[in-house]
Amino acid sequence: MPRMTMIEAIRSAMDVAMERDPRVVVFGEDAGYFGGVFRCTQGLQKKYGKHRCFDAPISESGIIGTAIGMAAYGLRPCVEIQFADYMFPGYDQLTQEAARIRYRSAGDFTVPMVARMPTGGGIFGGQTHSQSPETLFAHIPGLKTVIPSNPYDAKGLLIAAIEDDDPVIFLEPKRLYNGPFDGHHDRPVTPWKSHELGEVPAGHFTEPLGRAAIRREGRDVTILAYGTMVFVALAAAEETGVDAEVIDLRTLVPLDLETIEESVKKTGRCVVVHEAPKTCGFGAELLALVSERCFYHLEAPATRVAGYDTPYPHAHEWHYFPGPKRVGSALKAVMENV
Amino acid sequence: MKDAPDQPHVAPTLFVPEPQCRPGDKPDFTGLVFPRAGDARRPPIDARAEDIHDLAYSLIRVLDDHGKAVGPWAGSLSDEEALAGLRDMLKTRAYDARMLLAQRQGKTSFYMLSLGEEAIACAFSKALRPGDMNFPTYRQQGLLISSGYPILDMMNQCYSNAKDPVKGRQLPVMYSSKAHGFFTISGNLATQFVQAVGWAMASAIAGDSKIAAGWIGDGSTAENDFHSALVFASTYKAPVILNIVNNQWAISTFEGVARGRAPTFAARGIGFGIPSLRVDGNDYFAVNAAARWAADRARAGHGPTLIEFVTYRGGAHSTSDDPSAYRPKEEFAEWPLGDPIERLKAYLIARKLWSEERHVQARAEIETEMVQLQKEAEKNGTLHLGPNPSPKTMFEDVYKEMPPHLVRQRQEAGV
Ligand SMILES: Cc1ncc(C[n+]2csc(CCOP(=O)(O)OP(=O)(O)O)c2C)c(N)n1
Ligand SMILES: [Mg+2]
Repeated sequence: MPRMTMIEAIRSAMDVAMERDPRVVVFGEDAGYFGGVFRCTQGLQKKYGKHRCFDAPISESGIIGTAIGMAAYGLRPCVEIQFADYMFPGYDQLTQEAARIRYRSAGDFTVPMVARMPTGGGIFGGQTHSQSPETLFAHIPGLKTVIPSNPYDAKGLLIAAIEDDDPVIFLEPKRLYNGPFDGHHDRPVTPWKSHELGEVPAGHFTEPLGRAAIRREGRDVTILAYGTMVFVALAAAEETGVDAEVIDLRTLVPLDLETIEESVKKTGRCVVVHEAPKTCGFGAELLALVSERCFYHLEAPATRVAGYDTPYPHAHEWHYFPGPKRVGSALKAVMENV
Repeated sequence: MKDAPDQPHVAPTLFVPEPQCRPGDKPDFTGLVFPRAGDARRPPIDARAEDIHDLAYSLIRVLDDHGKAVGPWAGSLSDEEALAGLRDMLKTRAYDARMLLAQRQGKTSFYMLSLGEEAIACAFSKALRPGDMNFPTYRQQGLLISSGYPILDMMNQCYSNAKDPVKGRQLPVMYSSKAHGFFTISGNLATQFVQAVGWAMASAIAGDSKIAAGWIGDGSTAENDFHSALVFASTYKAPVILNIVNNQWAISTFEGVARGRAPTFAARGIGFGIPSLRVDGNDYFAVNAAARWAADRARAGHGPTLIEFVTYRGGAHSTSDDPSAYRPKEEFAEWPLGDPIERLKAYLIARKLWSEERHVQARAEIETEMVQLQKEAEKNGTLHLGPNPSPKTMFEDVYKEMPPHLVRQRQEAGV
C-alpha cells in the first residue's frame, strides 16, 4: 500500500472524488494554480482543469456562499478555507444557511458540500493560525463535523464527506500534516512514512462518518480525544504507565456514543482532551454525555484537559498547548481518586 | 408576451482569470499602460466624486524617468523632506533584510517584507499629524519607521522577547502603538478597514479634526469588510483615507482575481460616490501629494477618499511562501514603475542634493545602526532561546480584571 503524508492523503481523496464524479469541484484561496498554501490541492487544476479547481477571491463568505449555490444546483463543492481561524466571515453562510437549507425547504433544496480547513496549533502561528473552533460547528444543527488524526482516516473520511448529502466541516489538524505529533516539540519530527496509519490505499475507499476508533485498548481510564490530541493522549498513557483506553472520536457530529459509553463503563474513569479553550469546549458536551450515560459506573469524577481560556499566544505556545505532561497529571489524578 | 428576439446559441462558460505570466515565462507588463509623470490633473480638495472619475482610471505620477518632479502634483515636499524620505525608505529596507535573516537563522518564527513598497507607507505617514490613526496591515512597517517609532521595539516584538511591547502574544510584525498612530494589527484580513471608518466617524461625532487611514491589500478587497467600509465612509462622509495597496499579488493569486472585470481597484470607489485616486506607489512624491490632498479633504470636512497605490510585492508573501512556484522570478526587476528608492535617489542626485557616494555611505551607516539595534534586541531575548515575557502574562489582558476561572487556570498552570 502506498505511504502518504496527511497532505497527500487529503489530495488523493479529492483526486479520487473528482475522478469518479464530475460534479465535484474544488476551490479556495490559492487553491488553484498553486495548490493551496499547504499544497493539499496541488495538481488538481492541472489534472481536472480550471473549471473544476480554481483560485477564489479572498472572501470566505463568498467561498461558502457560492459553494451553497453550486450545491443547490447539483454540484458537490469541496472548498478550502485557508485556516480555520479565517472561516468567520463565512460563518453566517455556513451556520445560518448551509446548515438549515434542507430543513427550511423540507428537503426541497440540499447542500452537499464540504468545507475543509486546517485547525489547531503547534506551528507558532500565533492567535490567528492556531485556533480550534470545532465546537462552534458542532453546536450547529445541520452541520456534520469531522476531524481526522492520520492519513488513512483523512482520506477515507474526506471521500465520505464529499459523498455525503449534507454540509460537512472537515477540520485538518495542521500539526499532523507531516507526521504524528505527541506534544514533545523538542524531539525530532516523526514522518508519517514510519507510521502504520501512513499506509493509505491509492484508490477509492471510505471511512463512515460517526464512528470512533480505539487507538489503544486499556482497562483503567478512557481518554476521549480527536485530532492532534490523540497522539498526545497515547504518549501520556505510555509515559505515566496508566492503562488508558484511547478513543479517537474522528467525527464530533454525528458522535459515536456507543463506543464511548462501552469504554467508560468498562474503565470507570474518563478524561477528555482537547486543544480548544476549556469553557464550552466540546469536552463539556462529552462530559455531560458521560455523566448522563455512565454516572453509576464512574469511580472518579470525569475531567478535562484543554487549552486555557485565553487567545492562543505566540511566545507561550508550549505553555498553552495541553501536552503529555498535563494530560499525564490528569490521568494520575483520576487514578488516585479511588 | 412577445417572443424574445432570436439569440445565437452560445452557452455561458465559467471565466477563470489568469495572470499574464507564470514561472518560466518572460515577464510581460505590456497589458499595463501607465500615463506619463505629470499628466494627471489635480482637482481642488472639495471636488465631487462624479467630477473626477477619470482619476480612478489614470495614474498620478510625479517623478519622471529623468529624476524630475513634474506636473500639478509636484511640489509637496521640501528638499529636506525628500532627503528624510530616502533615509526612511533605506531604513525600512535594511530593517526588513535584518529581520528576514534573523528568521532564517531561527531566531523567530515568521517575517514579512515590504520590499519594493517602501514609498507608500513612508511617504503617506508624512501627511498625517500626531493624533491621527492608521489601521494598517502587516506590510506597513514603513509607517512606524518613518514616524520615529523605535526600531528596537519593533525587533523586540519580532523576537517575542522579554521587552516585546505586546508581551509575546502576537506573530512577528503584528505591531501596535497608539502613541504612533498605529492600530494593533490583526491577522484576519480586512477587519481593520471598516474599523478605520468607525474611528473617523467618532472623530466627526466629537467634532475633532483628527483623521483615520485604513489600509488593505489588493486581494483583501474581496472581503465583505472592504465593502462595508466604503458604504459607511460614504454615507457618513467620514474623515478617512481608504488605502488599497495593489502590489499585484495576494500570496499566489494575482490581483485580477479580486479586481474582476473592473479595470482598476480605485474604480471600486465610484459606485459608492467616494472620490478615488490611482497613484504610482513607487513614487515617493506622488504618494505624499495624494495623501496630503486626501488628508486636507478629510480635515476640511469633505469626507473620505479612496486611493489605490500601484506597486509590486518584491519579496515572498512571507517567510512561509515560495513565489518561484507561481510567478516569474524576474518580474520584480522588470516592474515598469521601478524601485521607489532608486527613483527618489535619482531625483535627489539630479538636484545635486545627493550622490552615489553618499548613498553607499548612508546605506553602510544604516546597516551598522541596524546591526547594533539587533544586538541590543537579542540581549532582551529571542523567540526560542528566550527570555520571553513570563508565561503568567499569558492570562493577563484577556479582560481588564482577571475573572476567577482564569485565576484558577493560571494557578493550575503553575506560572
Ligand atoms: C480572513 C482571512 N482570510 C485569509 C487569510 C490568509 N491570508 C493572509 S495574507 C493573504 C493574502 C493577502 O493579500 P493582499 O490583500 O493582496 O495583501 P498583500 O499580502 O499582498 O500585502 C491571505 C489569503 C487571512 N489572513 N485572513
Ligand atoms: Mg497584494
